Amino acid sequence: MNPKKAGLWRSRPSNKSKHTQLAKALTDIYDGLNRWELWGTLGWQDIRHRYRRSIIGPFWITLSMGIMVGALGFLYAQFFGQPIRDYLPFVALGIIIWGFISTLILDGCVVFIASESVIRQLRAPLSIHVFRVTWRNLIIFAHNSAIYLVIMLIFGIWPGARALLAIPGMLILCLNGIWASFLIGLLSARFRDIPMLAANIIQILFFFTPIIWNVDQLRSSRLVAELNPFYHLIEIVRMPLLGRSPSLSTWLVVLGVTAVGYLVALAFFVRFRARIAYWV
Amino acid sequence: MVSIRLEHVSVLFPIYNGTSRSLKNRLIAAGTGGRIGADGTRHVVIQALSDVSADIVHGDRVALVGRNGAGKTTLLRVMAGIYEPEAGNVVIEGQVAPLFDVSLGMDPESSGYENIMLRGLYLGLSKAEIAVKFDEIADFTELGTFLEMPLRTYSAGMYARLAFAISTCIEPEILLLDEGIGAGDEAFLEKARHHLDAFVRRAGIVVLASHSELLVQQFCSKAILLDQGRIIAVGPISEVFEKYRQAVA
Repeated sequence: MNPKKAGLWRSRPSNKSKHTQLAKALTDIYDGLNRWELWGTLGWQDIRHRYRRSIIGPFWITLSMGIMVGALGFLYAQFFGQPIRDYLPFVALGIIIWGFISTLILDGCVVFIASESVIRQLRAPLSIHVFRVTWRNLIIFAHNSAIYLVIMLIFGIWPGARALLAIPGMLILCLNGIWASFLIGLLSARFRDIPMLAANIIQILFFFTPIIWNVDQLRSSRLVAELNPFYHLIEIVRMPLLGRSPSLSTWLVVLGVTAVGYLVALAFFVRFRARIAYWV
Repeated sequence: MVSIRLEHVSVLFPIYNGTSRSLKNRLIAAGTGGRIGADGTRHVVIQALSDVSADIVHGDRVALVGRNGAGKTTLLRVMAGIYEPEAGNVVIEGQVAPLFDVSLGMDPESSGYENIMLRGLYLGLSKAEIAVKFDEIADFTELGTFLEMPLRTYSAGMYARLAFAISTCIEPEILLLDEGIGAGDEAFLEKARHHLDAFVRRAGIVVLASHSELLVQQFCSKAILLDQGRIIAVGPISEVFEKYRQAVA
């Protein structure tokens, strides 16, 4: 059996120097990526679990989101006095993408806490839990994106080739989900108030981010949206699917958030990786 | 060369209770110049292992003996690489297979077959590697068509068989066992004992934490006595158990 492939542990002398801690953290992430068969299976299993023995199974994801999007779409189209043909695709994408981002953050809070038994029983890369959560939410997103396809069919919308830009957009969202899970998962394992705090913040962000309302509806300055990184994270996928290109500032903010996020998360992971087994 | 070397290993467990673990106290502590912080962030620390040194080489079968809370499981977890110690060095050469909880990662809603796959993935095998061992594992469980049923329909004995069969299908260089391995009905136990015997023999190093002298005599050649996180005695099993009984009495 090839030890590398078998993933069983071959340890080196433990050394407290920063250099080896960095190497260990990077090895954890690299080995975790190599275990894709494991987290891939676990991600699917999470989905099947939630809908076990129900008749339509994971399509409940699509159905519940569809009902929410439909109801909100019609209601707020009335409020804002917008034609449903313009408003529904916009709000549908907003809610679907926001669902992906917000659930990823909430799941990220408990990424290590929820895997406590595995972490304490088995020497496996901690990053597999992060990849599992990201993968699971990507599967949910795929289920939900069927809603937008239906809306496109109903209203005869064709975003054109620009829609392809949503693919790198999604990729960047996933990359951000990974660093965010590492960081808040680690902090939440130590400070158990953070999951509750995050749940509250996310609820408020839903209203403060242009999801059900459009930036152009802002009476005063657009700054309230432009300064909100979540606005740009949504725009980077929403705009292409509406047939428009995300603005340059959106690209810059999203790339900036990704870079800074990885630096901070990696710093924390390098420093506290070995403590997670004690904290969970 | 397979080996485990522990040099002056110490492990501390901070116990965070509701107060010291919360952000509130940290923030208050920061806001009040640390006066409350001195009280607010102080938490109990349990010294699980202190200054433990040991050299375990190829061919060693070592039993960890000691009262509850002596540090046996913690030491096993250090050897498994789960806990990285606060102080000291751990040098481990060889693939480590910890077998602490046979039901780890088993999913009650999935079938026996799916669980074999899942557990194998947890152990670090690839799907292709598991496929090769699949029939062997399935035969060993003697569960037949039950393997197609979800795990929640299994009896406790059937469950244990499956878990045991999956956990012992790998070939580790270093095998770490926590007590309480092996369950099921009498006929299966006999078979399991043979299997465990062969499984243990294949490994280069075996470390077993147990209270049972019988089990230790069967699998091990020497013993380490732990008490309050320190190594009290190392030596032949009968001598160490003699000391253990004195300590308990």
